[in-house]
Amino acid sequence: MKKMTMVEAINLALKQEMEKDEDVLVLGEDVGMDGGVFRVTKGLLDAYGEDRVIDTPLAESMIAGVSIGMAIHGLKPVCEIQFSGFSYFSFHQMEAHAARYRGRSHGRFSIQMVLRCPYGGGVRALEHHSESREVYYAHTPGLKMVIPSGPRKARALLVSAIRDPDPVIFYEPKAVYRAFREEVPEDEETFPIGQSEVVREGKDLTFITYGAMLKPTIDAAETLKEEDGVEAEVIDLLTISPLDDEKFTESVQKTGRAVIVHEAHRSFGPGAEMIARLVEKSFLYLEAPICRVTGYDVVIPLYQREKDYIPDVKRILKGARETLDF
Amino acid sequence: MPKKEIDLEYKIEHLSILNQDGELDSELEPDISDDLLIRMHRMMLLTRRFDERMLNLQRQGKMGTFAPIKGQEASQIGAVVVLEDEDWMVPSFREMAAEVWRGKEMVDMLLVFAGFNEGSRVPEKSRTLPVCIPVASQLLHAVGIAYAIKYKQEKNVVMVFHGDGATSEGDFHESLNFAGVFQTPCVFVCQNNQWAISIPRSKQTRSKTLAQKALAYGLPGVQVDGNDVLAVYSAAKEAVERARSGKGSTFIECVTYRMSVHTTADDPSVYRDDDEVKQWEARDPISRFQKYLKDKELLSEDDIEKLEEEIKSEIKGVIKDWEDKMKKMGDPADMFEFQYAEMPPHLVSQKEEVEKNKANR
Ligand SMILES: Cc1ncc(C[n+]2csc(CCOP(=O)(O)OP(=O)(O)O)c2C)c(N)n1
Ligand SMILES: [Mg+2]
Repeated sequence: MKKMTMVEAINLALKQEMEKDEDVLVLGEDVGMDGGVFRVTKGLLDAYGEDRVIDTPLAESMIAGVSIGMAIHGLKPVCEIQFSGFSYFSFHQMEAHAARYRGRSHGRFSIQMVLRCPYGGGVRALEHHSESREVYYAHTPGLKMVIPSGPRKARALLVSAIRDPDPVIFYEPKAVYRAFREEVPEDEETFPIGQSEVVREGKDLTFITYGAMLKPTIDAAETLKEEDGVEAEVIDLLTISPLDDEKFTESVQKTGRAVIVHEAHRSFGPGAEMIARLVEKSFLYLEAPICRVTGYDVVIPLYQREKDYIPDVKRILKGARETLDF
Repeated sequence: MPKKEIDLEYKIEHLSILNQDGELDSELEPDISDDLLIRMHRMMLLTRRFDERMLNLQRQGKMGTFAPIKGQEASQIGAVVVLEDEDWMVPSFREMAAEVWRGKEMVDMLLVFAGFNEGSRVPEKSRTLPVCIPVASQLLHAVGIAYAIKYKQEKNVVMVFHGDGATSEGDFHESLNFAGVFQTPCVFVCQNNQWAISIPRSKQTRSKTLAQKALAYGLPGVQVDGNDVLAVYSAAKEAVERARSGKGSTFIECVTYRMSVHTTADDPSVYRDDDEVKQWEARDPISRFQKYLKDKELLSEDDIEKLEEEIKSEIKGVIKDWEDKMKKMGDPADMFEFQYAEMPPHLVSQKEEVEKNKANR
């Protein structure tokens, strides 16, 4: 198996799906000649030509809207919005139409499209380039919301997303894009949308996280083992919506303690829904209040203060220890 | 019911006053005071050098991402100098020269690019908005301000900047349409620098000019040589006077060129030819203007040399100031400031959390 960055792994997924299915095409700003501002679509233009790798004019609403039309007439567009912070220009199309055509047509139309965007902090960027607002999509009935945490899962999930009959929002943690490599099989691999994964087993505490926060959470779990003799379980959500609450329910019923880690704002964030489900299904199993380690309820600051906004190992450890000591 | 033609008489003027070598078409020469000409030249040179310096600082890792303006000095300065202080200026994200002319502190720019929110402060009396990164979205704010000016029966105008790529966004069309319907005193200055990251102007729209887009909304549109500061000035002057006298908006397309990278995160060698850049070097807005000023005996080689020295030390001073300021800022708890007029309780407690974390670090 070849070791790949997340950028390379996503590129592989796109290439293989395009190779396999002529109806799959890629569109977005700078995705052709430039290969995307993060080079995720590199080489696709040369391989598949301008009709299938479309450098669009600069308009996100158009990118999403024409993708919907393409999907209605049988294509499977994978569109790229350059940064999630600009995806709100296309939000209207996703909310008002991509999410609703199936219902509106009583099942006649499927909007089989993927909207990819890099999200999250960590690249010393300007305003609007660092946010993590997946809940806008997760809150919208009819959309699926996926966030991979590493190269291998990113590849497998994107393949599943492209084949999924419903519209999938695919957020890519840009801080992870080139942060590390993982073995990615050349042969086709998929991973079910709507399924989370236990990535580390433990009996004392359950961490629930996803995306760029998986790495610091695992590091915190390792530190807890070394310094506190605590065995923490770590769950990587992978899909935000529809939320797989089975695995974390089972886990928290075993450990009695839960710490949720995300980069998104705290209030009305993804953690709030997880806590609601835990309270609904596991209230009597809880040994301590559920803890959230999250971004704060402010616009993510520019990069000098970004590290104080985004959860890190220290903050995760502090949350975990308070939960353990309760 | 015969077919008949609707007579629209749509034409687009292209204005150029200084040719590529800086030679003047004296019939079109605008009436600009010597003092203003000299100040315009100084600002163009200052912002060219500051831009180069910032690129340097970024390459040394002292700053994050920024969007250089190299080549667009005339398109910005020629337009913005026409405004009065009480007029509004609405930039996109690549108008450093126009912003500095309007009083934006260079040190504040450095602070923003170095990741400090403090740099985006707007001084009390300023009527220049902060940079706007979501492409084309600022255009709607500009026409909204213009509507408010008209509503209050004031005499001011708004000048809004945007790029060629921006003309594809819905917000662009919505704002021109609003400006047409309500005859708002707003001047649109399009910096057509031929590229939107890797997308050339020809792939952005099938239209022959960008200026003609204004016509569909009932607004006059004009194209100017954006590297000719006199042409930009003349068009802007006329547009601002029109707006000020209650005749509504004008759209100015400045034909210029992005001589540098899109931003420091970009590598243009992937998508554009160096030859094209070289061709545009020959049309450099500063050297053309210098030739004109020399012909007018307002500038000599000696003056330029002195000015370069002066600018060098001014920039040095700014950088020193920036380095000093950075040492005194960056308190993480400050991220909670300016979110609401009054800090709500949940932010008060989150702020306390950050302060506690800081103490334990
Ligand atoms: C709504 C939105 N989409 C995408 C981007 C990313 N982006 C930044 S600048 C740019 C190109 C803008 O081109 P143009 O309007 O010609 O301005 P220029 O950069 O050439 O000054 C893009 C796509 C953005 N900032 N905002
Ligand atoms: Mg441009």
